[in-house]
Amino acid sequence: MSVPTFLRPVAYYWSAYKRTWKSQLSDVLVGPLLYLASLGVGLGSLVGHGHRLASLGGQDYLSFVAPALLATTAMQMALVLSTWEIFAYVSPWNGAYRSMQTSPISVQGIVVGQLTWIVLRVELASAAYLLVSAAFGAVHSPYALGALVVGPLVGLAFGAPTAAYSVTVRHDQPLVLIFRLFMLPLFLFSGTFFPLSQLPVGLRYVAYALPLWHGVELSRSLYAGHLGGDFVLHLAYLAAVAAVGTVVAGATYARRLAR
Amino acid sequence: MGEALIAARGLQKRFGDFVAVAGVDFEVMTGEAFGFLGPNGAGKSSTMRMIAATSSRSAGELEVLGRDPDVDGPSVRSRLGVVPQEDYLDLELSVADNIFVYGRYFGIPRKLLRARIDELLEFVQLTERARDRVDTLSGGMKRRLTIARSLVNQPDCLLLDEPTTGLDPQARHLLWDRLYNLKAQGVTLVLTTHYMDEAEQLCDRLVVMDKGRIMAEGSPRELIERYVTREVVELRFGPGEAPSMAARVAPMAERVEVLADRLLLYTDRGDEVADEVHANGLSPASTLVRRSSLEDVFLSLTGRNLTD
Repeated sequence: MSVPTFLRPVAYYWSAYKRTWKSQLSDVLVGPLLYLASLGVGLGSLVGHGHRLASLGGQDYLSFVAPALLATTAMQMALVLSTWEIFAYVSPWNGAYRSMQTSPISVQGIVVGQLTWIVLRVELASAAYLLVSAAFGAVHSPYALGALVVGPLVGLAFGAPTAAYSVTVRHDQPLVLIFRLFMLPLFLFSGTFFPLSQLPVGLRYVAYALPLWHGVELSRSLYAGHLGGDFVLHLAYLAAVAAVGTVVAGATYARRLAR
Repeated sequence: MGEALIAARGLQKRFGDFVAVAGVDFEVMTGEAFGFLGPNGAGKSSTMRMIAATSSRSAGELEVLGRDPDVDGPSVRSRLGVVPQEDYLDLELSVADNIFVYGRYFGIPRKLLRARIDELLEFVQLTERARDRVDTLSGGMKRRLTIARSLVNQPDCLLLDEPTTGLDPQARHLLWDRLYNLKAQGVTLVLTTHYMDEAEQLCDRLVVMDKGRIMAEGSPRELIERYVTREVVELRFGPGEAPSMAARVAPMAERVEVLADRLLLYTDRGDEVADEVHANGLSPASTLVRRSSLEDVFLSLTGRNLTD
């Protein structure tokens, strides 16, 4: 039984992960614990005194914020894995892609292997989030298991285009800006902590255009067990961004690794 | 001599307007050690990357192990070993894990791989360091590890890009020793270097490259016989004095190269010429009679030093 060529790069990511798996695994558990305790329970006790609010779609604040945090975690994990690490993989001091290139793995295999790894890592983080939020009592439907699909899809929708970009940079400064100018505003203003209806109309359209809000909406409806008509649209949008990002990554990887 | 393992005709590599390799022809025979000798920027690494099927050619023909690397990249790569100029090792992984992961890229089964790693580490004398992180190794050890890693798929041909650049003399000799050993086992070696001593030591045959072109081809001995005399008299003068002395020594040698601080007198009778220089009243700061080297070949072909 031999591993398909495009999955062979995972051997490398796994070896590197294994070296620090204890701290990595505790990170994906501690993150949700802290966030849900402070925002869900702490802040939630102030917002409507922990009661259900019509303005939050008939949910208490903890139940409102928990599924959104699953989506933001998927985004964060994907961005971390698709920026610095990829920069390192083309750099002389690590060059993981460069050594893959001298093996039978093709450039397309390098792309697919990388994105597969990002998806696996986001899946692990999503599962941890689901588990912790269930323990907090924020999960109200078995549909919430669908978050195990939505999380990785959000991860791919962010990870693929970001990887496509990161492989092209010669210095790591632009990668800092991704976090400061892109990730942080998205994290705060994608209907994560308050409904999008609180935003000025113009900014709402910005949120609609970017993947995180769609992930937040999907995750929230799964946690609550109310699948609306726009469920499919959100899914399709994320899938489209992920697909375009993957194709673009194929092109930028080929260009960079040819040199 | 065996059949051609690698054959290039009119091989070119361009990056936009920049021509890295400007149409080169060469053949590498099975079992030989073949070198690309030239200064930095001569197009050696670009040529190697095309052979290694990691970079496509811009024009010309190239056949590696009987296949076109641009068409059958994966199958060509599966039979090559590559030692890149940068080691591209994961510094945080162990010595053994670096080889293990790389072996998995080739789809080698785990059990077979573990046995092979033991053999390879023994071959490059790193058995004791198998469990250590790579960032604890010296430069020479890292290079040997990269060689061990490149052998994990038991390649027919090993490509080495500047194998000993940056290593101290002892580490270089240890590495050369391992390469002789591989050659004795029948592995074809293709290497680039800008060290003439490395080319003389390792290569059965080589091409001299400069500015993307091949200037000459042959064994080290043939090249020296063809392009320079058997011996060289090196006269060292004070700063700026050498050029003014050139005319006075010109009749004594077959050819004179004028460098900033030195004159190189090419001749087949070095000691006699050295005596003649002194008999004529010239008093250089130092006089050295030595055998001609590939450095002299390069100088005679291009008018420049390899290390300029």
